Amino acid sequence: MNLSNHKVPDVVRTPSRFRNPIGKYRLSRSKECTACGKCVESCLYGVHEMKRGRVLTRNAYRCVGPDCTTPCTKECPTKALSLRRNPTFDTMGDYRWTPDLLASTWHMAETGLVPPGGLEYRTGASGGGFDKLRLVLPLPGKAPAVEDGDVDMGVDLNRRNDHAHRVRIEVPFYGGGMSYGSVSITTMLSRIKAAATLGTLCCTGEGGYPDELKPYDDHVITQVATGLFGVREETIKRVKIVEFKYAQGAKPGLGGHLLGDKVTPGVARMREAVVGFPLFSPFPFHSVYSVEDHKKHVDWIKAINPQALVSVKVSTPTDVDMVAVGSYYAGAHIIHLDGSYGGTGAAPDIAKKNIAMPIEYALPKVHRFLIQEGVRERITVIASGGIRTPHDVAKIIALGADGVCTGTADLVALECIRCHNCESGRGCARGIATTDAELMNLIDLEWGTQRIINLFLAWRKELVRILKRLGMKSIRELVGRTDCLVHLDYMKKAS
Amino acid sequence: MPKKYAIHTKPTPHRFKAITPSGIIAWEEGCLKCAVCVKKRCVYKVYDQRDLDSRQMVDSIDNQCMNCLRCVQGCPKELIHKSSSPEFKSLGDRHWTPEIIARLWYQAETGKIPVSGAGYPGPFSGEGFDAMWTDMSEIVRPTRDGIHGREYISTGVDLGKTPRHLVFNEKGDLLSRLPEFIDIPVPVLMRIPSFGSISEQTMKGWAMAAKRLGTFLAAPAHLLKKNLDPYRSHLMPTLPAGPVKSRRGLKGFRLVELPWTEDWDERLKSVRKHVPLALVSVHLPMDKSAKQKALALARAGVSIIHLEGSYWGTAVDDESTAMKDILRSVHRTLIEEGIRDEMTLLASGGIAMAEHVAKAMLCGADAVVIDFPILIALECRMCRRCVSGLSCPVEIEKATPVWVASRVYNLFGAFHNQLLEVMGAMGIRDARRLRGEVGRAMFFEEMDKPVFGTLGEVKEGHELE
Repeated sequence: MNLSNHKVPDVVRTPSRFRNPIGKYRLSRSKECTACGKCVESCLYGVHEMKRGRVLTRNAYRCVGPDCTTPCTKECPTKALSLRRNPTFDTMGDYRWTPDLLASTWHMAETGLVPPGGLEYRTGASGGGFDKLRLVLPLPGKAPAVEDGDVDMGVDLNRRNDHAHRVRIEVPFYGGGMSYGSVSITTMLSRIKAAATLGTLCCTGEGGYPDELKPYDDHVITQVATGLFGVREETIKRVKIVEFKYAQGAKPGLGGHLLGDKVTPGVARMREAVVGFPLFSPFPFHSVYSVEDHKKHVDWIKAINPQALVSVKVSTPTDVDMVAVGSYYAGAHIIHLDGSYGGTGAAPDIAKKNIAMPIEYALPKVHRFLIQEGVRERITVIASGGIRTPHDVAKIIALGADGVCTGTADLVALECIRCHNCESGRGCARGIATTDAELMNLIDLEWGTQRIINLFLAWRKELVRILKRLGMKSIRELVGRTDCLVHLDYMKKAS
Repeated sequence: MPKKYAIHTKPTPHRFKAITPSGIIAWEEGCLKCAVCVKKRCVYKVYDQRDLDSRQMVDSIDNQCMNCLRCVQGCPKELIHKSSSPEFKSLGDRHWTPEIIARLWYQAETGKIPVSGAGYPGPFSGEGFDAMWTDMSEIVRPTRDGIHGREYISTGVDLGKTPRHLVFNEKGDLLSRLPEFIDIPVPVLMRIPSFGSISEQTMKGWAMAAKRLGTFLAAPAHLLKKNLDPYRSHLMPTLPAGPVKSRRGLKGFRLVELPWTEDWDERLKSVRKHVPLALVSVHLPMDKSAKQKALALARAGVSIIHLEGSYWGTAVDDESTAMKDILRSVHRTLIEEGIRDEMTLLASGGIAMAEHVAKAMLCGADAVVIDFPILIALECRMCRRCVSGLSCPVEIEKATPVWVASRVYNLFGAFHNQLLEVMGAMGIRDARRLRGEVGRAMFFEEMDKPVFGTLGEVKEGHELE
């Protein structure tokens, strides 16, 4: 039974903010069209519209292409319609975020549902890790029946059971740190408002805690990173969770760097810095050289806000297992492992590709070691860095995580196309990762909030479906269940 | 501390328009002539700066477009599209991929390291060096004030022999011979690539860059013409097979290279007689016998061994064996013999990116030799037209030595800074310590199976999703 009294929010259909949403397919209508309306009738996805006696192909982006069971191209009596792949579609995306994953994330953010067909929404094309892992599910009807309402998606974050807050998130994910400055205030607020509605949390990143966030204090994680930008006593006191950022997956061991162009008057005020000058977050904390030093940090926070939960964000070196155990003994409630595929700001390509190990290796290593040390039940393990889909969430939980942090997925919901130019010039041309006043206005707060809510409702729904297939009543049951996974490279041939 | 090594890069534009991954297709037919056209609202002002290069018949727009797709998504008649460029996809080959070529162009043009937003977009792992990661340290850092601080990370390495100890007489005079080594400030040497539209001007540009950088350019002795004499201190001639005759011909060189031949010891003796002050490197093909040959050379006191892999970054006789595995095995053997510290191991063949430099060193090389990157820095498209005697589409042979030197200098600047990035993350402050430091490396084959190897069972009555 679901013990929480949290109400799952509703989906509100929220289409693209651009005139021409990008779809995988294009439909052309020739002059042969007699406006008979057959296509309007046959299409299950609302691609065609009849308007004042004319038929228009209004929503070609919703077309599922060859997966369609009632193709308009066949139904059309005059053969006026022709289907082909959209060339623009294939110029987007990359190995990790394939065009299919981008478009399916947009679909989820619009409708709150996984795509009906035509798009591979579960895995990318990186050729390893998540993309080679598959969930092993009992054949339909074989697992014990579970009602939708009985599936508990919640995760309790305080597993030390000490005097600190008993924070529970209603979905097994929360928003990872993206600083004010690296993304716009609208993006930041969209994420945090969505998190509040979904009953989860969102991290401020390193760059201060804007006053606009105050109404959502209970859903905010504030970050203390090496630059200590925007960290004040009052911000530490305001929240239930404080996150120490030791390193980040995108540029492990290299600290952070906000380019001068992005240090606008607002950002500078928040960070107590000078307008137009680049800001460096050094690596590492210059006051931490041991677990004992780290404990001193944790104790500071506990002295200022005794009930705060402490999360420790680290990246994934070889000795990440030792780091995790050290964090536990220093008093952390949450160990957050940030693998090398995420990251939203600018980072050297050589760092992103090469430094530290993928999250799929680090997480099981940490999970096993914490079990061996007998402390796994007393700490929450969060994974991030390359979690793109509900299937990634299920896979990493089965490998041993309690939950995940998202980042890039939120931005894709806001129609990021991963052009990788977050840092150049005035910042993101699509108004997501920018502090430029004009570009920022491209996003409406309500629109952004609902897109993110919709996306994560779709994730939630998909995770409920997966758990039901497994006959599980709680996401907690999936933690460390590697027997629910198979890796295609090591799969034994069926005899 | 000694003076900090710095490479002062200077933007050096392409002479030709580069080939880009995708292009803009904009139809005119059906245009509504909107008062505020999406083209006018381009954030990057791409359409305003548009021009047609009449010589190459290239529209500059494709070089400037940043792929934000706002015009594509905004045009009310959907007249603008983007399309992948088949020309870009067909650049290079499976090792020198279009992405690697484009990155090298960028580095040679700007001198900057490639930086991008929004996470790592590439494959999980791959062949050769792509099947390894470098490690980082959560709390140890190499210097007190960052990787570009006053207390700096040294990328310098020594070529030659480092003596184990010095011997003095009773009066305190040095008895042992002075160390026979040359130190170079970056662990990267250059050599002439095996093809390319190369002229004497190109050679001069490369030699100028080598001298300015403090490293070496290796080339067959007959290509080192008289105009390169001022650069001899930074050139490494490869001597042809046969007896070494002339002493004057080798004057001024500090480093010479001999290809492996059965009579290498005879030739080595004659080289030492003619140029006693030069260090000698012996050049070995990276194949099955390389380990034994390297061992024999090292035992005989050869202080530099240059292992040359294939164009693909593999063994020359077996493309399924990656350079990283051979380097690790040769390095290990030399350690077990107790002579690793008495010689220098150079690696070449297929080194295409800055990360390959660090990774080859982690696998056991003291320094690497790059070839095609110094050609691609000159806008080479790896089309191989020159191999069949056709003209070079980017007229490399006509480039001025100053431009060539500047482009290569920029490339080294970017490589150097990228080395600092990975070394900084590793907590290593001296490139000499990178050699064979596999404790700071992680290998796919040592990680993937222990984690996923047990995930192979699919019970009956189950399906995959």
